[in-house]
Amino acid sequence: MKRIEAISIIAREADSQGALLVGNIGYPSRELFAVGDRASNFYMLGSMGLASSIGLGLALALPKWRVIAIDGDGAVLMNLGTLATLADQDPDNYLLIILDNGCYGSTGSQPTCTSRRADLAKLAVGAGVSEVKVAATAGEVRSDMAKKGVLVVKVEIGNADVPVIELSSEEIIERFMARSAPSSPSS
Amino acid sequence: MMDASPSEAVFMGMKRAGVDFVVSVPCVNLRELIRLVDADPEMEHVPVTREEEGVGISAGAYMGGRRTALLMQNSGLGNSINALASLNGLYKIPLLMIISHRGGEGETIAGQVPMGRLTPRLLDAMGIPRFSPVPQEAEEVVAGAWNLAQAGRTPVAVLLDIVFWRSLR
Repeated sequence: MKRIEAISIIAREADSQGALLVGNIGYPSRELFAVGDRASNFYMLGSMGLASSIGLGLALALPKWRVIAIDGDGAVLMNLGTLATLADQDPDNYLLIILDNGCYGSTGSQPTCTSRRADLAKLAVGAGVSEVKVAATAGEVRSDMAKKGVLVVKVEIGNADVPVIELSSEEIIERFMARSAPSSPSS
Repeated sequence: MMDASPSEAVFMGMKRAGVDFVVSVPCVNLRELIRLVDADPEMEHVPVTREEEGVGISAGAYMGGRRTALLMQNSGLGNSINALASLNGLYKIPLLMIISHRGGEGETIAGQVPMGRLTPRLLDAMGIPRFSPVPQEAEEVVAGAWNLAQAGRTPVAVLLDIVFWRSLR
């Protein structure tokens, strides 16, 4: 499965679940913007490694909302402690999806450790995450999207030919917070 | 409250500002404050593995409408700089940072000295406002620091050195 196909499925399911959706830095957010832009998407344009943490903070702050974060193998390897903190908090309303293509796809496809020995699903289990799934087909992604915990999706190397996100960082957060925190003074 | 401890003064400042979501990485000088936060039913406390992770979780919680604080040692500032710039700076996300500032007067651990010296200059270089109150003014300064963070949509640091935590009121 190409990554943009996985992102298309995730975007559709997230929309049907009414979920807040966090997109990872680089091409994954661009692909998400291209296939399913909506105000409830937060595109993380910097701070590599923190998409999972932003999603966890949203889920803990908003227990009545469904929250989904799309992360990558390279980014999760950069912030492995996130798996232990997710396990420790174990929110029922949060799903962390790791799109694993075994490389740093936005910087020239240099291989990550998951292309050789590292196994992010096993690391999530070892961190204590209560529900961990691995999906490789569109059907598996769709059915596992109803879960909480961690979902590792194996995808092919390669970026879709999509434009950069046309929104400024201010526009991204303002329209997002108009949904997630409508009474907040800064939304 | 003339008989409040330094930790209680900081805690009361956080309460006065309405802080309700706190992430922490411990320092020995934060142990009493972390206990107070953990015991308060109105504060959600999330212990994290690394300070940068805490910056990300706090940013998410802020986008969920919460008033957020990060408790850490100044060594953790070094672990957080990219996130403070490319997440909080880029999206204008406020954060109250309560920082145990090590490496100065009374320090016994040589490893704390280099980051201790650099901490104020790192904050200044990043344009992050910083305050170093004495215990008698801590409650007011901490509450004001959150208000400044929210109004200016920026991280704000409160640096509390070894002498601060040892003071009696």
